Amino acid sequence: MQFMLLFSRQGKLRLQKWYVPLSDKEKKKITRELVQTVLARKPKMCSFLEWRDLKIVYKRYASLYFCCAIEDQDNELITLEIIHRYVELLDKYFGSVCELDIIFNFEKAYFILDEFLLGGEAQETSKKNVLKAIEQADLLQESLVVFHSVCFFLILIFS
Amino acid sequence: MPAVSKGDGMRGLAVFISDIRNCKSKEAEIKRINKELANIRSKFKGDKALDGYSKKKYVCKLLFIFLLGHDIDFGHMEAVNLLSSNKYTEKQIGYLFISVLVNSNSELIRLINNAIKNDLSSRNPTFMCLALHCIANVGSREMAEAFASEIPRILVAGDTMDSVKQSAALCLLRLYKTSPDLVLMGEWTSRVVHLLNDQHMGVVTAAISLITCLSMKNPDEFKTCVSLAVSRLSRIVSSASTDLQDYTYYFVPAPWLSCKLLRLLQCYPPPEDGAVKGRLVECLETILNKAQEPPKSKKVQHSNAKNAILFEAISLIIHYDSEPNLLVRACNQLGQFLQHRETNLRYLALESMCTLASSEFSHEAVKTHIETVINALKTERDVSVRQRAADLLYAMCDRSNAKQIVAEMLSYLETADYSIREEMVLKVAILAEKYAVDYSWYVDTILNLIRIAGDYVSEEVWYRVIQIVINRDDVQGYAAKTVFEALQAPACHENMVKVGGYILGEFGNLIAGDPRSSPLVQFNLLHSKFHLCSVPTRALLLSAYIKFINLFPETKATIQEVLRCDSQIRNSDVELQQRAVEYLKLSSIASTDVLATVLEEMPPFPERESSILAKLKKKKGPGAVSVTELEDSKREGGELNGGGDRGSDTAAMAASNASTPSPSADLLGIRSAAPIGAAPASAGSLLVDVFSEAGPAAPSAAVSDDGFLRDLEQPTETSDSLLVEGSGDSDPKFPVSHRFVCKNNGVLFENQLLQIGIKSEYRQNLGRMYLFFGNKTSVQFASFTTTVSCPGELQSHILLTKPVEPLVEGGAQIQQVLNIECLTDFSEAPLLNIKFRYGGALQNLTLKLPVTINKFFQPTEMASHDFFQRWKQLSQPQQEAQKIFKANHSMDTEVLKAKLLGLGTALLDNVDPNPENYVCAGVIQTKSQQVGCLLRLEPNAQAQMYRLTLRCSKDSVSKRLCELLAEQF
Repeated sequence: MQFMLLFSRQGKLRLQKWYVPLSDKEKKKITRELVQTVLARKPKMCSFLEWRDLKIVYKRYASLYFCCAIEDQDNELITLEIIHRYVELLDKYFGSVCELDIIFNFEKAYFILDEFLLGGEAQETSKKNVLKAIEQADLLQESLVVFHSVCFFLILIFS
Repeated sequence: MPAVSKGDGMRGLAVFISDIRNCKSKEAEIKRINKELANIRSKFKGDKALDGYSKKKYVCKLLFIFLLGHDIDFGHMEAVNLLSSNKYTEKQIGYLFISVLVNSNSELIRLINNAIKNDLSSRNPTFMCLALHCIANVGSREMAEAFASEIPRILVAGDTMDSVKQSAALCLLRLYKTSPDLVLMGEWTSRVVHLLNDQHMGVVTAAISLITCLSMKNPDEFKTCVSLAVSRLSRIVSSASTDLQDYTYYFVPAPWLSCKLLRLLQCYPPPEDGAVKGRLVECLETILNKAQEPPKSKKVQHSNAKNAILFEAISLIIHYDSEPNLLVRACNQLGQFLQHRETNLRYLALESMCTLASSEFSHEAVKTHIETVINALKTERDVSVRQRAADLLYAMCDRSNAKQIVAEMLSYLETADYSIREEMVLKVAILAEKYAVDYSWYVDTILNLIRIAGDYVSEEVWYRVIQIVINRDDVQGYAAKTVFEALQAPACHENMVKVGGYILGEFGNLIAGDPRSSPLVQFNLLHSKFHLCSVPTRALLLSAYIKFINLFPETKATIQEVLRCDSQIRNSDVELQQRAVEYLKLSSIASTDVLATVLEEMPPFPERESSILAKLKKKKGPGAVSVTELEDSKREGGELNGGGDRGSDTAAMAASNASTPSPSADLLGIRSAAPIGAAPASAGSLLVDVFSEAGPAAPSAAVSDDGFLRDLEQPTETSDSLLVEGSGDSDPKFPVSHRFVCKNNGVLFENQLLQIGIKSEYRQNLGRMYLFFGNKTSVQFASFTTTVSCPGELQSHILLTKPVEPLVEGGAQIQQVLNIECLTDFSEAPLLNIKFRYGGALQNLTLKLPVTINKFFQPTEMASHDFFQRWKQLSQPQQEAQKIFKANHSMDTEVLKAKLLGLGTALLDNVDPNPENYVCAGVIQTKSQQVGCLLRLEPNAQAQMYRLTLRCSKDSVSKRLCELLAEQF
């Protein structure tokens, strides 16, 4: 996969993930072009289209479009299910996710994506395992603070 | 589930985001952002040291602003500071910022790398994963330099946690993609391959992406992955839907992993091991069977996941292209999908069938769906699906259905979407030309094309119809009649006027006998269009007029009158004015003879690659930008005398390296079939390189490494080359070429896109072959891969392949080296499979590599006495092979000697009592044994016959050599 974009029905970009090196200018151009192309399509149309030398796979969930650019030899249908699995992950984590969750917790959306896809390839497809990793990270932050202060305390004692 | 934004919630950030959302206008938003930026900047610059939380909050705000599409030019340092925080969330935000806003500021990169290094060595799996994610997200060269050697170790270490392994595998993949030279698997290779056996499905899922990428580049080193992948796949395919627990997705066991496994297998030829192959075929059959079972769930996710595997399996079947049974089943399955209610499936079925159409086994099966596809072209609501249907019709077209398909495409053109019209026009033009049996059909088709979609008919298309009409005198009268009729329409497209002007100017006389199309009527008809046309067309028409004066002297007065009027002779356009003046003068002062010479009929055009095909390639190619350039250069070329010529000149340019005009019978020049048996006879006194370009003046073609391809001409011998065009409808079973039996260098293959040169050297039982792949086009070839395989028992033969860069730039040449070791004698040749994408289309070629047993000859000198003694020793009937055959090539002594020397044996003088005969001796070196060979060739010049006798210490060698050599003389 070369990149993934999430944008709203109004064409506002909500999340962008690039797996190939591109300049900011190119990224903006691609985004503009693709958002326009995808939004212009009618609901019953097929979820795939050729665009430049890439294949675009997209699906709309409520007000959000999820759009992936894959290479020629990549599989369209499995990409469609990558999108779906990501939506499921967001849904499970946020508890029936909506666009606002992704706007206000954009960093979480990125973290979840990184656990699921890395370098444009599926890293872990088990929903349980991905969520476990995120949960652990969420917990770690608390325990680390404790751990840190314990250390500090010990240093105080022994110094 | 953790309540979102509980402990680490950043209130300030949330407030800021709501503020932005509440902005009523873009200006208000920018104002709010600028205010925030000023605030953050002052905080970062302030004297008071910021605590971690505030730093995190501000960095996060900057990130948000950046993601909104605004530029951010500060805050990088603060983000880097966060990397070394002990608080997980601070570190995490730091990494996120770095991942999104990479800055190649060298000082920062050093700091970032330091932080990453610390985290990688922390042994804390969560930190390690964060660091690996960051490397994978940034993937810069600096990071590759710093970590490419460290990560493989983490990947294969026994004590690495599974989640870290997963990240490490994909991190490495990203680095390999950006800097392949820095990622060296070396000693880790086998342990990486064995990750396919890992207990943890997640590890396998991640690792296989890495293995697939590495296998594409170094297929031989990763060869062992094939059997591992097959057994893993077989376990998944045969598992019940609940066996794999959380890796089962909507009742489909491990769909992602299955797809990736099938994809990995597509990097290799079919498994050679019978058991492995059997198991794989079983898997593929199971997958095809499952498609027929009733669905386990009504959810679309279930059917998508299931069909994703099915399509990947079909891709593999097409890739192997060797199992007719599976290919036909695949085709039937896709046929079912063609009528499925899911648009997505119809789209994919059309796409996949396009590749099936090029396989000889399934081409006919694909053709049976023609009605469904035509129907799709007519009724699909989605343009991208219609486009696929048009592509498929183009792919399934052959002589038997060309008329139907062209007619359907023409009628579709009337309503086709603007975005695809130009491509459709090109395709129709190509099919009409390629499969034209009678050329009046061709002319009709192209004129229809101009009538229906004149605006989209590029210059190439109408140049081409003129070239063909000029070159084929059987169609000229018909063409003149047809354009004359077409021009009767009150409104006709300017392209029609151009074609009409040109053709009537050349061949108007052929229909002038009919009073309805008398010279004057023709002229008036043309001239009635004149004022509506653009300058280049008018210029062309003026030239047509002067040709009329020559063809029909009775029109002279009328035409001179037209030329003389002010709107011509004083036209503000210089070109028109000049033509009017010159033509007027020419017609009044030149004698009839001079006029007839000057305005003679155009000579036939040299056959070149069709300019249209070149255009379609250009259009489909990734470098599609240059199309406009091409058109600009052509716009000037609309005149009569120069027009067609210039047209084909530019066409030649478009055909990239059309410096090799092929005198082809094929109109399109797709296959460059040279005249048969022309060259060798003329070859005078050549030494080794009998068939290459080296003439008598340059006997031993010393081929330098660079410019290798330029040094050699295209194969001049016969069209019987090693070529098997995967996509063609030619005989797909390899016609064995004998061009390389007696020589080691030359052009192995050449078509319009690609030239493959070889250069090889052999010593003892070892050989090295250099393959040079030259891209003849100006567009790069994507996903260029080559695989070498040894069919059947030929595995006794070891071939080591070095990888080729995946892209072959336009005009560029790349080199590949094969090392060859002969283990025992053999008769089949290894196969070289080449795949690449040119434009949208997958090109697939399989060639026989010219490795023959005689390459391992060591010459043996011996005296007459020794020779006959050994000859007698080899007297068992099976040791001898003999053949009497007619001479196919020149019987010239020098030529024969050169060939026999090229064979690798020693040519022995004064051995045979008859000086006309040739005897040779040599030893074939294989790893397992040495085979002594004696050869005797007795020419009979009068009868133009030879008798060839071979005696070898091994019977199979005698037989094989005899077969090989009989074709050489």
